[in-house]
Amino acid sequence: MSLRFQHAIVVGASSGIGAEIARQLAADGASVAIVGRRVTELEAVAAGIRSAGKGKVLVAPHDVTQYDSAPPLFEKLVADLGGLDLVVYAAGNIFVPAESEYDFAKDRAMIEVQVIGAMAWTHLAAAHFEAQRSGTIVGLSSIAGERGRRTMPGYTTAKAALSAWLEALRNRVSRYGVNVVTVKLGFVDTIMTAKLTKKPMMISAQKAADSILATARRGGSPSAFIPGQWGLVGMIIRSIPSAIFRRLDL
Amino acid sequence: MSGSLRSTAPWRVLDGFGSSRRAVSRCVTPRSLEELAALLKQAHQERLHVSFRGNGRSYGDASLNQGGLAIDNRGMARVLSFDPGTGVIEAQPGATIEDIWRTGLPHGYWPHVVPGTMHPTLGGCVAMNIHGKNCFKVGPFGDHVSELDLMTPDGGLRTLTREHEGELFRATIAGLGLLGAVTRVKLQLKKIESGRLRVRPIRTRTLGEMFDCFVERMPNADYLVGWLDCFATGAALGRGLVHQADYVSAAEDPQGVSHLDPARQGLPPSVMGVPRSLVWRFMKPFTNDLGMRLVNDIKYRLPETFESSGTFLEGHVAFAFLLDYVPNWRNAYGDAGFIQYQLFLPDATARKGMAEALALCQKRGVISYLGVFKRHRPDEYLLSHGLDGWSLALDFAVPSQPQRLWDLCRELTALVLDAGGTFYPAKDQIVDAASFAQAFGPRLERFLELKQSLDPEGLFSSDLARRLGLAPATPGR
Repeated sequence: MSLRFQHAIVVGASSGIGAEIARQLAADGASVAIVGRRVTELEAVAAGIRSAGKGKVLVAPHDVTQYDSAPPLFEKLVADLGGLDLVVYAAGNIFVPAESEYDFAKDRAMIEVQVIGAMAWTHLAAAHFEAQRSGTIVGLSSIAGERGRRTMPGYTTAKAALSAWLEALRNRVSRYGVNVVTVKLGFVDTIMTAKLTKKPMMISAQKAADSILATARRGGSPSAFIPGQWGLVGMIIRSIPSAIFRRLDL
Repeated sequence: MSGSLRSTAPWRVLDGFGSSRRAVSRCVTPRSLEELAALLKQAHQERLHVSFRGNGRSYGDASLNQGGLAIDNRGMARVLSFDPGTGVIEAQPGATIEDIWRTGLPHGYWPHVVPGTMHPTLGGCVAMNIHGKNCFKVGPFGDHVSELDLMTPDGGLRTLTREHEGELFRATIAGLGLLGAVTRVKLQLKKIESGRLRVRPIRTRTLGEMFDCFVERMPNADYLVGWLDCFATGAALGRGLVHQADYVSAAEDPQGVSHLDPARQGLPPSVMGVPRSLVWRFMKPFTNDLGMRLVNDIKYRLPETFESSGTFLEGHVAFAFLLDYVPNWRNAYGDAGFIQYQLFLPDATARKGMAEALALCQKRGVISYLGVFKRHRPDEYLLSHGLDGWSLALDFAVPSQPQRLWDLCRELTALVLDAGGTFYPAKDQIVDAASFAQAFGPRLERFLELKQSLDPEGLFSSDLARRLGLAPATPGR
């Protein structure tokens, strides 16, 4: 089975993986609504898509932490796109505290963007797709969500919660023909990871987007590591006993 | 509710009883008249379409409202009063037929009109003006309603009776919930002496025999319902069974008084040894053309055992609520669900029209798994399906390639219109606005005038209302 996406919403599309997913969908002929906080960047992504001259693009400025504005915007986009078969939630942020730094506001922001924002948008998508008996929801999670890590506590918590949420959603709506895809990424070369120091097995945003869409098109509600080697890393990381894990600087 | 309904109301995927139509709606459950009035006011301010929903027993899109606000009436489901001396009961719109009979029966009262299931709410029964197996004799549900409270878009309450605001009363019954929120229903129940009915099954070898059987028995029967084997062809076209049921007096059935106890009115806990809740799983392998041909054939041949004794006594619940025997039976149709197409044809054209309809289904290779036949009588409600004629309800599984079913339904609609028949929105999900207008003519025009005066901005709507041209096509007005 290979799904073909024709009407998509990409949340968090002003840069990085989200922007690249939007470009690739449009290049494949889809109509894409790009949702994001930074209007200038969104417009630039839209201009790039338009100049490529393939699929239609709609620009929808929106802050994912303004949860109450998600439902009316979602409805408007579905109407403007003329249907919906794919929602990608790619909004992300990262904060790595220094040793002995405790910053609740920054950790909270990650939960708000990556967990609560994802719940707001995927609730809408899941209801729409359940009624429609088809559709794909893609959430961008991370290998980081496999364990709670001392170097990025808020981020690993947000990704663990996002992975759990997507799994719950999958268990809820896959029986109605809805394809819920969790992608657990390693390091991807974007502005979000620019400040990180160690970035093993890093891939480009183009490569990440390509793999994410290929995984989504296969259907069957998968949860997949991208690239696949991270699956092995995940298995090892999950199996390290806590008494040892707490001594590592991961 | 804090925040706007548009932004913060919870969502629900709602389906029609046939499981073949779905919509995503904002859904809220008010618990009081004040909450309801506040919701209407807020929905009006936010330009959200409002629909009403009870237990979701309408087969099609009557309780669906894509993108709008569905108000679930089950938060207001109390029986407000019951007078055992007169049999008058008052209840909120979310109270069900079950609540009504359970209240009345211990005192020797049964609703004059019940549908084939006890789960519909009074709000739904009023909005659809439902009918029962005794429609030929006692008319539809509305004929036993003596008073209604209707909440208009501004939150105001109007008490309607036949005498006071009679036209609005006659428009609200069968009004599809499009004139306002029914918040109170006063209903007259029927005095009965026994908790049982005397039931007589009669086999009818042809459709003509079924009509004749009804005509012969109507003057003396309390209930008459026909079942048709829609697979039968040729000379056997329309063969089936008629069940006649009559009230019995305490003298005729001395033990029947003890059956007024609701505890003695239960449905059997199992069907042929299978617990009721699991039966639909056993039905599933038969829910296809071949299996249903077999089931219909057996059903036609089986009742000979009854005929030797002629009649048997059966509790009101067991006789009335056939659809409740197998919980979740609609699941047997699978995820694509089923539709019901109920033809209502005038007396003069019904014999010919129904034979044509059955033959047409067979010609198109789309055969109903269940055919139910009833006699109706005209009534006074503006949008009522009631007529001096007959109805044939056909249940069709929605096939994986549904186009031929939709094509057949369009042909059936043309047949109904040619025959001068009517449509029943509680069942329908097929008919288009032009056909509906053709069937209801000036009655529809008058209804729309009343709606315009009561609800000028079109607050009350539904997927059905938009399909039938009773409300603007796009939400947001």
